[in-house]
Amino acid sequence: MAENSRRDFMGKVFGGWAALGGLGVLYAAKKTWDPLPSVKAAGFTTVDLSAAEPNVLNVEKWRGKPIFILKKTPDMEKSDRDVVVGKDRFLVAIGLCTHLGCIPAYRPDKKDFLCACHGGMFDTSGDNIKPPPPSPLVIPPFKVDGTKLVLGEEGPEYKKMKEAGLIA
Amino acid sequence: MAQFEKANSLHEWLDQRLAIDTLERVLAKEYWIPKNINFLWAMGMVLAFTFGILLVSGIFLLMYYQPNVKLAFDSVNYTIMREVEFGWLWRHVHAVAASVVFLIIYIHMFTGIYYGSYKKGREMIWISGMLLFVTFSAEAFSGYMLPWGQMSYWAGMVITNLFSVGSLELNGLVEWIRGDYVPGQAFLDRFFMLHVLLLPLAILGLIGLHFGALRIPHVNNQDGEEIDFEAEAAKYKAGNKKEAKVIAFKPDFLSKDMFVLSVFLIFFFYLVFWHYSFAMDPINFDPADPMKTPPHIYPEWYFLWSYEILRPFPKDPGLVAFGIAQVIFFLIPFLDRSPNVAPAVRRGKFNIWFWVMLVDVIVLTVMGKLPPEGIFSTIGLVATVVFFALWISLPFITKNEKAV
Repeated sequence: MAENSRRDFMGKVFGGWAALGGLGVLYAAKKTWDPLPSVKAAGFTTVDLSAAEPNVLNVEKWRGKPIFILKKTPDMEKSDRDVVVGKDRFLVAIGLCTHLGCIPAYRPDKKDFLCACHGGMFDTSGDNIKPPPPSPLVIPPFKVDGTKLVLGEEGPEYKKMKEAGLIA
Repeated sequence: MAQFEKANSLHEWLDQRLAIDTLERVLAKEYWIPKNINFLWAMGMVLAFTFGILLVSGIFLLMYYQPNVKLAFDSVNYTIMREVEFGWLWRHVHAVAASVVFLIIYIHMFTGIYYGSYKKGREMIWISGMLLFVTFSAEAFSGYMLPWGQMSYWAGMVITNLFSVGSLELNGLVEWIRGDYVPGQAFLDRFFMLHVLLLPLAILGLIGLHFGALRIPHVNNQDGEEIDFEAEAAKYKAGNKKEAKVIAFKPDFLSKDMFVLSVFLIFFFYLVFWHYSFAMDPINFDPADPMKTPPHIYPEWYFLWSYEILRPFPKDPGLVAFGIAQVIFFLIPFLDRSPNVAPAVRRGKFNIWFWVMLVDVIVLTVMGKLPPEGIFSTIGLVATVVFFALWISLPFITKNEKAV
């Protein structure tokens, strides 16, 4: 009996240390899979909007993601989600469908975005108009700097949209 | 130390040290298989052999493949396909086997469902088999990433996005799985690791479990007859092979297995040499481009049925439906409430259930390939509803089934 309880105790001690070690390994494994600092440090992208043509979609790259920039024509509906630069209104959004991340294609004649993967549609304000996408295209952090747009930095216009819950 | 006498042959020498004769007897010569079976019972051997083909062809591909986003595409499409002698052979064998293995898995699964080979002690055979199906799916998906073409990249994007679990918006989890905001180097490296090491190891372990799960309940037979294996084996061993209801795995059953395997291999190599292109998506011969989604994204044919279940719904219900579809087959031993182990044709309503399910999965597969528009969307939605209706109805239609 005494023998057994001593064996039990040793088993428990071993189990306890093993569990602790196992937790340590899990933590290290989790951290190993995190994005690397060099990936996180993917910097800011500056885009000059002065040469943009209305109803022509520009696609910029930011953190490996496509960014849609579309100068609106006067007949397109205005939205609180528009980025206003001078007198011009722009759609600025991450060009990934909010369903599963495909890039919707812009159709200039129909003035909408159609996602080929699952048939979702967005209007020129980035609002979802046909499911499955559950929400509008996401607006990336931006700052207006004259006629330039800095992606990755939160300017006052972006913060205002964020407070109003408009960015996604 | 145990006593060892001088061995008179290499065989005896090995037998003294490893008990190879005992091993062969227990695993093969006195492992009993019912006589009352048909060619569908050979699918397990066909699968094991196809896994071997994948392993060997994979080893050769591994010697030239470069898991680097800048080099991967060319290492496959230039180095392996054009420079390495017979590199094309390994690639085509690997691609065709990866596709065909799912055809055989589905045949194997539906055979099990048809004959009720998942109940009365055979539950673990079914569950370990389903675990193999899931691991093979992960293996196929991770392998699909490696050529780093357009379909690799965008399939990687779409499938990893599933882990944001809809409105929960677990973007941190998705970025953690990718090691980046989008699929990139970290993503390719870790899927490479999964494909060539971790998942094959898991598959080997699960194959062991699957075989082990067969030993006690034994293989089912065409009539679901409960066989007294010890009594029948005694008849066989006494030389009364004609009356015994069982045969030995080796050499009797193996010879049947090998015949079916040979027929399969003729079909397999016919595909490898003349029709390999069905296993190679033309879009994946464009290098990955994060700035351009291909106009049509669809998975390989063997994932189409569950992909179609994802499509007709809004995001969250779609994900829930997809998630259920992925695991529901695990539950068949518990949802089928009838104690009958018999072919579906003798089980009344279950026979209708079986054939509707088979046709429904085929319809879902076809619709998954077609663009999600108009009538195809509607047919896909109906087939999805039928799929779930079948699973909900299964316990009710089997509960009052007459004993056969």
